[in-house]
Amino acid sequence: MISGQGRAQAARQRPPAFLPNWPARLAWIALAAYAIYAASLLDVTWERFVIGLENGVKFVGRMLPPDTEADKMTLMLRGLYETLEIAVISSALGILISLPIGLLAARNLMPAWVTWPVRLFVALCRSFHQVIIAIVFVKAVGFGALAGILALTVASIGFIAKLFAEAIEEISLKQVEAIRATGASFLNVITYGVMPQVLTRFVGFATYQFDSNLRNSTMVGIVGAGGIGGTMFAAFQKFDYDFLLTILLAIIAMIMLSETLQNWTKKLYQ
Amino acid sequence: MAEAPRSAVQGASALEIRGLCKEYRRGVPVLRDINIAIARRGITAVIGPSGTGKSTLIRCINRLVEPTAGQILFDGLDLARLRGRALREARRRIGMVFQEYNLVERLTVMENVLSGRLGYVSPFKAWLRKYPKQDIEAAFELLDTVGLTQFANQRADALSGGQRQRVGIARAVMQRPELLLADEPTSSLDPKTSVEIMELMVSIAERRNIPVILNIHNVPLARRCANHGIGMSGGSIVYDGPPAGLTDEHLKRIYGGEDWLE
Repeated sequence: MISGQGRAQAARQRPPAFLPNWPARLAWIALAAYAIYAASLLDVTWERFVIGLENGVKFVGRMLPPDTEADKMTLMLRGLYETLEIAVISSALGILISLPIGLLAARNLMPAWVTWPVRLFVALCRSFHQVIIAIVFVKAVGFGALAGILALTVASIGFIAKLFAEAIEEISLKQVEAIRATGASFLNVITYGVMPQVLTRFVGFATYQFDSNLRNSTMVGIVGAGGIGGTMFAAFQKFDYDFLLTILLAIIAMIMLSETLQNWTKKLYQ
Repeated sequence: MAEAPRSAVQGASALEIRGLCKEYRRGVPVLRDINIAIARRGITAVIGPSGTGKSTLIRCINRLVEPTAGQILFDGLDLARLRGRALREARRRIGMVFQEYNLVERLTVMENVLSGRLGYVSPFKAWLRKYPKQDIEAAFELLDTVGLTQFANQRADALSGGQRQRVGIARAVMQRPELLLADEPTSSLDPKTSVEIMELMVSIAERRNIPVILNIHNVPLARRCANHGIGMSGGSIVYDGPPAGLTDEHLKRIYGGEDWLE
Protein backbone atom coordinates (compact mmCIF):
# COMPACT_ATOMS: atom_id res chain seq x y z
CA MET A 1 0.00 0.00 0.00
CA ILE A 2 1.12 3.51 -0.77
CA SER A 3 0.43 6.07 1.93
CA GLY A 4 -1.39 9.33 1.14
CA GLN A 5 1.82 11.27 1.51
CA GLY A 6 3.69 8.84 -0.74
CA ARG A 7 1.04 9.14 -3.43
CA ALA A 8 1.25 12.95 -3.36
CA GLN A 9 5.00 12.73 -3.76
CA ALA A 10 4.65 10.28 -6.68
CA ALA A 11 2.23 12.70 -8.39
CA ARG A 12 4.78 15.52 -8.09
CA GLN A 13 7.47 13.40 -9.73
CA ARG A 14 5.40 12.44 -12.76
CA PRO A 15 6.05 14.21 -16.06
CA PRO A 16 3.10 16.02 -17.75
CA ALA A 17 0.95 13.61 -19.75
CA PHE A 18 1.14 15.68 -22.93
CA LEU A 19 3.96 18.07 -23.84
CA PRO A 20 2.99 21.33 -25.57
CA ASN A 21 4.56 21.79 -29.01
CA TRP A 22 5.49 25.49 -28.84
CA PRO A 23 7.31 25.81 -32.19
CA ALA A 24 4.25 24.41 -34.01
CA ARG A 25 1.89 26.71 -32.11
CA LEU A 26 4.01 29.78 -32.95
CA ALA A 27 4.13 28.75 -36.61
CA TRP A 28 0.31 28.52 -36.76
CA ILE A 29 -0.08 31.93 -35.08
CA ALA A 30 2.42 33.48 -37.52
CA LEU A 31 0.60 31.97 -40.48
CA ALA A 32 -2.77 33.29 -39.30
CA ALA A 33 -1.29 36.76 -38.68
CA TYR A 34 0.25 36.90 -42.16
CA ALA A 35 -3.00 35.76 -43.82
CA ILE A 36 -4.91 38.60 -42.12
CA TYR A 37 -2.21 41.15 -43.04
CA ALA A 38 -2.09 39.96 -46.68
CA ALA A 39 -5.89 40.12 -46.98
CA SER A 40 -5.85 43.71 -45.70
CA LEU A 41 -3.52 44.72 -48.60
CA LEU A 42 -5.84 43.38 -51.28
CA ASP A 43 -8.37 46.20 -51.15
CA VAL A 44 -11.38 43.90 -51.29
CA THR A 45 -14.54 46.01 -50.87
CA TRP A 46 -18.25 45.27 -50.99
CA GLU A 47 -18.65 47.73 -53.87
CA ARG A 48 -16.17 45.90 -56.05
CA PHE A 49 -17.92 42.64 -55.26
CA VAL A 50 -21.32 44.01 -56.38
CA ILE A 51 -19.91 45.44 -59.65
CA GLY A 52 -18.17 42.13 -60.32
CA LEU A 53 -21.43 40.28 -59.78
CA GLU A 54 -23.13 42.49 -62.42
CA ASN A 55 -20.32 41.83 -64.92
CA GLY A 56 -20.62 38.15 -64.24
CA VAL A 57 -24.35 38.14 -64.99
CA LYS A 58 -23.73 39.98 -68.30
CA PHE A 59 -20.96 37.52 -69.23
CA VAL A 60 -23.10 34.47 -68.53
CA GLY A 61 -26.01 36.07 -70.43
CA ARG A 62 -23.86 36.42 -73.55
CA MET A 63 -22.80 32.77 -73.28
CA LEU A 64 -26.35 31.50 -73.58
CA PRO A 65 -27.47 29.68 -75.60
CA PRO A 66 -24.35 27.66 -76.52
CA ASP A 67 -23.33 27.93 -80.19
CA THR A 68 -23.90 24.62 -82.01
CA GLU A 69 -23.40 25.68 -85.67
CA ALA A 70 -22.01 22.87 -87.82
CA ASP A 71 -18.71 24.55 -88.79
CA LYS A 72 -18.08 25.54 -85.16
CA MET A 73 -18.76 21.98 -84.04
CA THR A 74 -16.28 20.58 -86.58
CA LEU A 75 -13.70 23.07 -85.35
CA MET A 76 -14.33 22.05 -81.75
CA LEU A 77 -14.31 18.31 -82.41
CA ARG A 78 -11.02 18.62 -84.27
CA GLY A 79 -9.56 20.50 -81.30
CA LEU A 80 -10.93 18.00 -78.81
CA TYR A 81 -9.55 15.11 -80.78
CA GLU A 82 -6.11 16.69 -80.80
CA THR A 83 -6.36 17.33 -77.06
CA LEU A 84 -7.21 13.70 -76.44
CA GLU A 85 -4.32 12.65 -78.64
CA ILE A 86 -1.88 14.83 -76.71
CA ALA A 87 -3.17 13.50 -73.38
CA VAL A 88 -3.04 9.82 -74.36
CA ILE A 89 0.39 9.88 -76.02
CA SER A 90 2.05 12.04 -73.36
CA SER A 91 0.58 9.90 -70.56
CA ALA A 92 1.70 6.65 -72.19
CA LEU A 93 5.21 7.98 -72.84
CA GLY A 94 5.46 9.61 -69.43
CA ILE A 95 4.32 6.48 -67.56
CA LEU A 96 6.61 4.21 -69.57
CA ILE A 97 9.66 6.38 -68.94
CA SER A 98 8.73 6.94 -65.28
CA LEU A 99 8.81 3.22 -64.44
CA PRO A 100 12.58 2.71 -64.69
CA ILE A 101 13.31 6.24 -63.51
CA GLY A 102 11.16 5.84 -60.41
CA LEU A 103 12.89 2.55 -59.65
CA LEU A 104 16.32 4.17 -59.98
CA ALA A 105 15.24 6.99 -57.66
CA ALA A 106 14.09 4.68 -54.81
CA ARG A 107 16.57 5.08 -52.00
CA ASN A 108 15.79 1.73 -50.37
CA LEU A 109 16.78 -0.25 -53.47
CA MET A 110 19.51 1.86 -55.10
CA PRO A 111 22.80 3.26 -53.86
CA ALA A 112 23.06 7.01 -53.29
CA TRP A 113 25.25 7.61 -56.36
CA VAL A 114 22.36 6.40 -58.53
CA THR A 115 19.45 8.04 -56.72
CA TRP A 116 20.99 11.52 -56.47
CA PRO A 117 21.41 12.31 -60.18
CA VAL A 118 18.07 10.63 -61.00
CA ARG A 119 16.28 12.62 -58.32
CA LEU A 120 17.86 15.80 -59.62
CA PHE A 121 16.59 15.02 -63.12
CA VAL A 122 13.08 14.33 -61.82
CA ALA A 123 13.07 17.56 -59.81
CA LEU A 124 14.14 19.43 -62.93
CA CYS A 125 11.22 17.94 -64.88
CA ARG A 126 8.87 19.08 -62.15
CA SER A 127 10.25 22.55 -61.54
CA PHE A 128 8.32 24.42 -64.27
CA HIS A 129 4.64 24.61 -65.07
CA GLN A 130 3.50 22.67 -68.14
CA VAL A 131 2.70 25.89 -70.01
CA ILE A 132 6.25 27.17 -69.55
CA ILE A 133 7.71 23.85 -70.76
CA ALA A 134 5.25 24.02 -73.68
CA ILE A 135 6.55 27.46 -74.67
CA VAL A 136 10.09 26.05 -74.77
CA PHE A 137 8.99 23.12 -76.94
CA VAL A 138 6.99 25.36 -79.28
CA LYS A 139 10.22 27.29 -79.86
CA ALA A 140 12.11 24.04 -80.36
CA VAL A 141 9.80 21.98 -82.61
CA GLY A 142 7.31 24.59 -83.82
CA PHE A 143 3.57 25.05 -83.34
CA GLY A 144 1.33 22.02 -83.02
CA ALA A 145 0.53 18.90 -81.07
CA LEU A 146 4.12 17.58 -80.97
CA ALA A 147 5.16 20.46 -78.71
CA GLY A 148 2.22 19.71 -76.41
CA ILE A 149 3.02 16.00 -76.30
CA LEU A 150 6.66 16.64 -75.41
CA ALA A 151 5.80 19.22 -72.78
CA LEU A 152 3.27 17.02 -71.02
CA THR A 153 5.55 13.98 -71.23
CA VAL A 154 8.26 15.88 -69.38
CA ALA A 155 5.74 17.08 -66.79
CA SER A 156 4.38 13.53 -66.36
CA ILE A 157 7.87 12.18 -65.65
CA GLY A 158 8.34 14.87 -63.03
CA PHE A 159 5.29 13.74 -61.13
CA ILE A 160 4.90 10.00 -61.67
CA ALA A 161 8.57 9.14 -61.25
CA LYS A 162 8.63 11.00 -57.93
CA LEU A 163 5.41 9.42 -56.64
CA PHE A 164 6.49 6.01 -57.87
CA ALA A 165 9.86 6.29 -56.11
CA GLU A 166 8.09 7.30 -52.90
CA ALA A 167 5.71 4.35 -53.19
CA ILE A 168 8.66 1.99 -53.59
CA GLU A 169 10.37 3.53 -50.59
CA GLU A 170 7.35 2.60 -48.46
CA ILE A 171 7.16 -1.09 -49.37
CA SER A 172 7.68 -3.90 -46.88
CA LEU A 173 11.26 -5.09 -47.20
CA LYS A 174 10.32 -8.40 -45.58
CA GLN A 175 8.64 -9.52 -48.78
CA VAL A 176 11.68 -8.41 -50.78
CA GLU A 177 13.98 -10.24 -48.38
CA ALA A 178 12.03 -13.47 -48.82
CA ILE A 179 12.35 -13.29 -52.60
CA ARG A 180 16.06 -12.48 -52.28
CA ALA A 181 16.49 -15.53 -50.05
CA THR A 182 15.28 -17.81 -52.86
CA GLY A 183 18.32 -16.81 -54.92
CA ALA A 184 16.25 -14.73 -57.34
CA SER A 185 18.05 -12.37 -59.70
CA PHE A 186 17.68 -8.61 -59.28
CA LEU A 187 15.00 -8.39 -61.96
CA ASN A 188 13.05 -11.25 -60.42
CA VAL A 189 13.25 -9.52 -57.04
CA ILE A 190 11.76 -6.43 -58.70
CA THR A 191 8.93 -8.27 -60.50
CA TYR A 192 8.00 -10.48 -57.53
CA GLY A 193 9.12 -8.62 -54.41
CA VAL A 194 8.59 -4.98 -55.40
CA MET A 195 6.06 -4.62 -58.23
CA PRO A 196 3.16 -6.49 -56.62
CA GLN A 197 3.44 -4.19 -53.62
CA VAL A 198 3.27 -0.96 -55.65
CA LEU A 199 1.14 -1.94 -58.66
CA THR A 200 -2.21 -0.63 -57.38
CA ARG A 201 -0.66 2.64 -56.31
CA PHE A 202 1.12 2.92 -59.60
CA VAL A 203 -2.13 2.41 -61.51
CA GLY A 204 -3.64 5.11 -59.29
CA PHE A 205 -0.82 7.56 -60.15
CA ALA A 206 -1.03 6.72 -63.83
CA THR A 207 -4.78 7.30 -64.10
CA TYR A 208 -4.48 10.48 -62.05
CA GLN A 209 -1.74 11.71 -64.36
CA PHE A 210 -3.86 10.91 -67.40
CA ASP A 211 -6.68 12.97 -65.93
CA SER A 212 -4.25 15.76 -65.16
CA ASN A 213 -2.78 15.57 -68.69
CA LEU A 214 -6.24 15.74 -70.18
CA ARG A 215 -6.90 19.02 -68.36
CA ASN A 216 -3.42 20.35 -69.04
CA SER A 217 -3.66 19.50 -72.73
CA THR A 218 -6.61 21.91 -72.95
CA MET A 219 -4.19 24.57 -71.63
CA VAL A 220 -1.08 24.16 -73.75
CA GLY A 221 -3.02 25.20 -76.86
CA ILE A 222 -3.03 28.75 -75.55
CA VAL A 223 0.71 28.99 -76.25
CA GLY A 224 0.35 27.20 -79.59
CA ALA A 225 1.18 23.66 -78.54
CA GLY A 226 -1.94 22.09 -80.07
CA GLY A 227 -5.33 20.99 -78.81
CA ILE A 228 -8.63 22.65 -77.95
CA GLY A 229 -6.87 25.41 -75.95
CA GLY A 230 -6.03 27.37 -79.10
CA THR A 231 -9.63 27.30 -80.30
CA MET A 232 -10.86 28.28 -76.85
CA PHE A 233 -8.42 31.19 -76.58
CA ALA A 234 -9.47 32.47 -80.00
CA ALA A 235 -13.15 32.32 -78.98
CA PHE A 236 -12.30 34.37 -75.89
CA GLN A 237 -10.52 37.05 -77.88
CA LYS A 238 -13.28 37.29 -80.48
CA PHE A 239 -15.91 37.65 -77.72
CA ASP A 240 -17.49 34.43 -79.07
CA TYR A 241 -18.79 33.64 -75.61
CA ASP A 242 -21.57 31.31 -76.84
CA PHE A 243 -19.01 29.16 -78.68
CA LEU A 244 -16.80 29.32 -75.57
CA LEU A 245 -19.65 27.79 -73.56
CA THR A 246 -19.96 24.93 -76.07
CA ILE A 247 -16.23 24.21 -75.69
CA LEU A 248 -16.40 24.38 -71.89
CA LEU A 249 -19.33 21.96 -71.80
CA ALA A 250 -17.48 19.58 -74.12
CA ILE A 251 -14.40 19.69 -71.88
CA ILE A 252 -16.54 18.98 -68.81
CA ALA A 253 -18.11 16.00 -70.57
CA MET A 254 -14.67 14.71 -71.57
CA ILE A 255 -13.32 14.99 -68.01
CA MET A 256 -16.35 13.18 -66.59
CA LEU A 257 -15.92 10.43 -69.14
CA SER A 258 -12.27 10.11 -68.15
CA GLU A 259 -13.31 9.91 -64.49
CA THR A 260 -15.54 6.94 -65.27
CA LEU A 261 -12.74 5.33 -67.21
CA GLN A 262 -10.37 5.84 -64.27
CA ASN A 263 -12.68 4.20 -61.77
CA TRP A 264 -13.12 1.31 -64.11
CA THR A 265 -9.35 0.92 -64.57
CA LYS A 266 -8.70 1.02 -60.83
CA LYS A 267 -11.25 -1.74 -60.26
CA LEU A 268 -9.28 -3.97 -62.62
CA TYR A 269 -6.22 -3.75 -60.33
CA GLN A 270 -7.01 -4.16 -56.67
CA MET B 1 12.09 -35.79 -55.50
CA ALA B 2 15.65 -34.47 -55.25
CA GLU B 3 16.67 -36.16 -52.00
CA ALA B 4 18.35 -39.28 -53.32
CA PRO B 5 22.04 -38.45 -53.87
CA ARG B 6 22.59 -36.58 -50.63
CA SER B 7 21.92 -39.44 -48.25
CA ALA B 8 24.59 -41.40 -50.10
CA VAL B 9 27.25 -38.86 -49.18
CA GLN B 10 28.90 -39.92 -45.95
CA GLY B 11 30.65 -38.15 -43.16
CA ALA B 12 30.97 -34.44 -43.62
CA SER B 13 28.43 -32.01 -42.16
CA ALA B 14 25.75 -30.23 -44.16
CA LEU B 15 27.02 -26.97 -42.75
CA GLU B 16 29.99 -25.99 -40.70
CA ILE B 17 30.37 -22.60 -39.10
CA ARG B 18 33.84 -21.56 -37.97
CA GLY B 19 34.74 -18.51 -35.94
CA LEU B 20 31.69 -16.55 -37.07
CA CYS B 21 31.52 -12.99 -35.73
CA LYS B 22 29.05 -10.23 -36.47
CA GLU B 23 29.13 -6.60 -35.42
CA TYR B 24 26.36 -4.29 -36.64
CA ARG B 25 28.30 -1.45 -35.01
CA ARG B 26 32.05 -1.53 -34.54
CA GLY B 27 33.06 -2.88 -31.16
CA VAL B 28 29.54 -4.14 -30.34
CA PRO B 29 29.61 -7.84 -31.26
CA VAL B 30 26.26 -9.59 -31.67
CA LEU B 31 27.85 -12.93 -32.48
CA ARG B 32 31.14 -13.89 -30.84
CA ASP B 33 33.22 -16.68 -32.34
CA ILE B 34 30.45 -19.13 -33.23
CA ASN B 35 31.56 -22.68 -34.09
CA ILE B 36 28.92 -25.25 -35.01
CA ALA B 37 28.60 -28.30 -37.23
CA ILE B 38 25.17 -29.23 -38.59
CA ALA B 39 24.58 -32.89 -39.51
CA ARG B 40 23.33 -33.89 -42.94
CA ARG B 41 19.98 -34.77 -41.53
CA GLY B 42 17.87 -33.84 -38.57
CA ILE B 43 16.55 -30.75 -36.87
CA THR B 44 18.82 -28.31 -35.08
CA ALA B 45 17.04 -25.99 -32.66
CA VAL B 46 18.75 -22.78 -31.54
CA ILE B 47 17.33 -21.43 -28.29
CA GLY B 48 18.19 -18.33 -26.34
CA PRO B 49 16.71 -15.05 -25.09
CA SER B 50 15.54 -12.30 -27.45
CA GLY B 51 18.33 -10.14 -28.78
CA THR B 52 21.03 -12.73 -28.30
CA GLY B 53 21.84 -13.07 -32.00
CA LYS B 54 19.84 -16.16 -32.98
CA SER B 55 18.24 -14.42 -35.95
CA THR B 56 21.54 -12.86 -36.94
CA LEU B 57 23.16 -16.30 -36.87
CA ILE B 58 20.49 -17.79 -39.17
CA ARG B 59 20.58 -14.79 -41.51
CA CYS B 60 24.37 -14.89 -41.79
CA ILE B 61 24.05 -18.36 -43.31
CA ASN B 62 22.13 -17.21 -46.40
CA ARG B 63 23.75 -13.78 -46.22
CA LEU B 64 20.63 -11.71 -45.60
CA VAL B 65 23.04 -10.37 -42.99
CA GLU B 66 26.73 -9.83 -43.80
CA PRO B 67 29.07 -11.68 -41.40
CA THR B 68 31.95 -9.61 -40.05
CA ALA B 69 34.39 -12.51 -39.81
CA GLY B 70 34.52 -16.29 -39.98
CA GLN B 71 33.66 -19.08 -42.36
CA ILE B 72 30.36 -20.73 -43.23
CA LEU B 73 31.19 -23.93 -45.10
CA PHE B 74 28.40 -25.40 -47.20
CA ASP B 75 29.26 -28.20 -49.60
CA GLY B 76 32.82 -26.98 -50.02
CA LEU B 77 31.76 -23.35 -50.50
CA ASP B 78 32.52 -20.61 -47.99
CA LEU B 79 29.15 -18.81 -48.00
CA ALA B 80 30.70 -15.87 -46.17
CA ARG B 81 32.91 -15.10 -49.20
CA LEU B 82 30.42 -15.51 -52.05
CA ARG B 83 29.31 -12.59 -54.19
CA GLY B 84 26.95 -11.88 -57.07
CA ARG B 85 25.95 -14.87 -59.14
CA ALA B 86 27.72 -17.43 -56.96
CA LEU B 87 25.88 -16.11 -53.91
CA ARG B 88 22.51 -16.30 -55.69
CA GLU B 89 23.24 -19.85 -56.80
CA ALA B 90 24.09 -20.83 -53.22
CA ARG B 91 20.97 -19.09 -51.90
CA ARG B 92 18.66 -21.07 -54.14
CA ARG B 93 19.97 -24.27 -52.50
CA ILE B 94 18.99 -22.94 -49.05
CA GLY B 95 15.31 -22.49 -48.17
CA MET B 96 14.10 -20.07 -45.54
CA VAL B 97 10.96 -19.81 -43.43
CA PHE B 98 10.33 -16.49 -41.68
CA GLN B 99 8.73 -15.47 -38.39
CA GLU B 100 6.21 -13.20 -40.10
CA TYR B 101 5.87 -15.52 -43.11
CA ASN B 102 7.14 -12.76 -45.49
CA LEU B 103 4.76 -13.79 -48.24
CA VAL B 104 4.19 -11.37 -51.10
CA GLU B 105 0.79 -10.26 -49.88
CA ARG B 106 -0.70 -9.28 -53.21
CA LEU B 107 0.32 -12.41 -55.05
CA THR B 108 -1.70 -15.60 -54.98
CA VAL B 109 -0.79 -18.66 -52.94
CA MET B 110 0.36 -20.41 -56.13
CA GLU B 111 2.53 -17.46 -57.17
CA ASN B 112 4.06 -17.36 -53.71
CA VAL B 113 4.86 -21.07 -53.76
CA LEU B 114 6.33 -20.83 -57.27
CA SER B 115 8.48 -17.88 -56.22
CA GLY B 116 10.64 -20.58 -54.63
CA ARG B 117 11.81 -21.29 -58.20
CA LEU B 118 12.79 -17.69 -58.99
CA GLY B 119 16.46 -18.59 -58.78
CA TYR B 120 15.99 -20.79 -61.86
CA VAL B 121 13.47 -18.90 -64.00
CA SER B 122 14.36 -15.96 -66.25
CA PRO B 123 12.75 -12.59 -65.38
CA PHE B 124 10.67 -12.50 -68.55
CA LYS B 125 9.28 -16.00 -68.04
CA ALA B 126 8.70 -15.35 -64.35
CA TRP B 127 6.83 -12.17 -65.19
CA LEU B 128 4.61 -14.02 -67.67
CA ARG B 129 4.19 -16.88 -65.15
CA LYS B 130 5.71 -19.30 -67.68
CA TYR B 131 7.07 -21.81 -65.18
CA PRO B 132 8.21 -25.26 -66.32
CA LYS B 133 5.41 -27.82 -66.13
CA GLN B 134 7.19 -29.93 -63.53
CA ASP B 135 7.50 -26.87 -61.26
CA ILE B 136 3.76 -26.26 -61.38
CA GLU B 137 3.19 -29.97 -60.78
CA ALA B 138 5.55 -29.88 -57.78
CA ALA B 139 3.83 -26.76 -56.44
CA PHE B 140 0.45 -28.48 -56.54
CA GLU B 141 1.91 -31.52 -54.78
CA LEU B 142 3.30 -29.27 -52.05
CA LEU B 143 -0.02 -27.48 -51.69
CA ASP B 144 -1.63 -30.90 -51.25
CA THR B 145 0.91 -31.72 -48.56
CA VAL B 146 0.28 -28.50 -46.63
CA GLY B 147 -3.47 -28.80 -47.22
CA LEU B 148 -4.02 -25.58 -49.19
CA THR B 149 -4.85 -26.84 -52.68
CA GLN B 150 -8.23 -25.09 -52.61
CA PHE B 151 -6.49 -21.79 -51.83
CA ALA B 152 -4.13 -21.87 -54.82
CA ASN B 153 -5.74 -18.85 -56.49
CA GLN B 154 -6.43 -16.87 -53.32
CA ARG B 155 -4.28 -13.90 -52.51
CA ALA B 156 -1.85 -14.43 -49.63
CA ASP B 157 -3.35 -11.54 -47.67
CA ALA B 158 -6.64 -13.45 -47.45
CA LEU B 159 -5.07 -16.26 -45.38
CA SER B 160 -4.82 -16.77 -41.62
CA GLY B 161 -1.44 -16.85 -39.86
CA GLY B 162 -1.21 -20.63 -39.81
CA GLN B 163 -2.17 -20.87 -43.48
CA ARG B 164 0.39 -18.24 -44.41
CA GLN B 165 3.15 -20.12 -42.67
CA ARG B 166 2.12 -23.27 -44.55
CA VAL B 167 2.59 -21.30 -47.76
CA GLY B 168 5.93 -20.05 -46.41
CA ILE B 169 7.05 -23.63 -45.82
CA ALA B 170 5.84 -24.70 -49.27
CA ARG B 171 7.76 -21.82 -50.89
CA ALA B 172 10.97 -22.78 -49.09
CA VAL B 173 10.61 -26.49 -49.92
CA MET B 174 9.78 -25.56 -53.52
CA GLN B 175 13.45 -24.59 -53.90
CA ARG B 176 14.31 -28.29 -53.36
CA PRO B 177 16.77 -27.00 -50.78
CA GLU B 178 19.71 -28.86 -49.31
CA LEU B 179 19.28 -26.90 -46.09
CA LEU B 180 16.23 -25.29 -44.54
CA LEU B 181 16.54 -22.25 -42.27
CA ALA B 182 13.62 -21.21 -40.09
CA ASP B 183 13.76 -17.94 -38.19
CA GLU B 184 11.28 -18.31 -35.31
CA PRO B 185 8.71 -19.95 -37.58
CA THR B 186 6.05 -20.24 -34.89
CA SER B 187 6.54 -17.09 -32.80
CA SER B 188 3.63 -15.26 -34.46
CA LEU B 189 1.23 -18.19 -34.10
CA ASP B 190 -1.06 -19.45 -31.33
CA PRO B 191 0.16 -22.46 -29.27
CA LYS B 192 -1.92 -25.07 -31.09
CA THR B 193 -1.05 -23.80 -34.57
CA SER B 194 2.60 -23.56 -33.49
CA VAL B 195 2.73 -27.26 -32.79
CA GLU B 196 0.92 -28.10 -36.05
CA ILE B 197 3.24 -25.92 -38.12
CA MET B 198 6.32 -27.31 -36.42
CA GLU B 199 5.20 -30.87 -36.98
CA LEU B 200 4.39 -30.14 -40.61
CA MET B 201 7.81 -28.61 -41.21
CA VAL B 202 9.63 -31.42 -39.42
CA SER B 203 7.73 -34.14 -41.27
CA ILE B 204 8.34 -32.55 -44.70
CA ALA B 205 12.02 -32.06 -43.90
CA GLU B 206 12.45 -35.64 -42.68
CA ARG B 207 10.64 -37.12 -45.65
CA ARG B 208 12.86 -35.20 -48.03
CA ASN B 209 16.04 -35.53 -45.97
CA ILE B 210 16.50 -31.79 -45.63
CA PRO B 211 18.49 -30.72 -42.57
CA VAL B 212 16.79 -27.87 -40.69
CA ILE B 213 18.20 -25.10 -38.51
CA LEU B 214 15.55 -23.23 -36.60
CA ASN B 215 15.32 -20.55 -33.93
CA ILE B 216 12.71 -21.13 -31.34
CA HIS B 217 11.57 -19.66 -28.04
CA ASN B 218 9.42 -22.58 -27.03
CA VAL B 219 11.84 -24.87 -25.16
CA PRO B 220 9.46 -27.85 -24.73
CA LEU B 221 8.63 -27.73 -28.45
CA ALA B 222 12.35 -27.62 -29.26
CA ARG B 223 13.00 -30.63 -27.04
CA ARG B 224 10.15 -32.49 -28.71
CA CYS B 225 11.05 -31.83 -32.35
CA ALA B 226 14.79 -31.37 -32.53
CA ASN B 227 17.61 -33.86 -32.35
CA HIS B 228 20.32 -31.25 -31.92
CA GLY B 229 20.08 -28.34 -29.50
CA ILE B 230 22.16 -25.19 -29.44
CA GLY B 231 21.85 -22.77 -26.54
CA MET B 232 22.94 -19.17 -27.06
CA SER B 233 23.45 -16.37 -24.60
CA GLY B 234 25.03 -12.99 -25.12
CA GLY B 235 26.11 -13.84 -28.66
CA SER B 236 28.00 -17.00 -27.69
CA ILE B 237 27.16 -20.67 -27.71
CA VAL B 238 26.70 -22.05 -24.20
CA TYR B 239 25.24 -25.45 -25.06
CA ASP B 240 25.74 -27.74 -28.04
CA GLY B 241 24.39 -31.26 -27.82
CA PRO B 242 21.28 -33.42 -27.77
CA PRO B 243 18.16 -31.44 -26.74
CA ALA B 244 17.45 -33.95 -23.98
CA GLY B 245 20.70 -32.86 -22.35
CA LEU B 246 19.38 -29.31 -21.91
CA THR B 247 18.82 -29.22 -18.17
CA ASP B 248 17.22 -26.51 -16.05
CA GLU B 249 20.76 -25.61 -15.07
CA HIS B 250 21.54 -24.83 -18.71
CA LEU B 251 18.30 -22.90 -19.17
CA LYS B 252 19.17 -20.80 -16.13
CA ARG B 253 22.49 -19.97 -17.73
CA ILE B 254 20.90 -19.24 -21.11
CA TYR B 255 17.94 -17.13 -20.04
CA GLY B 256 19.15 -15.97 -16.61
CA GLY B 257 17.19 -16.23 -13.36
CA GLU B 258 15.03 -19.18 -12.47
CA ASP B 259 11.64 -17.86 -11.37
CA TRP B 260 10.21 -18.46 -14.85
CA LEU B 261 11.13 -22.15 -14.70
CA GLU B 262 8.56 -22.87 -11.95
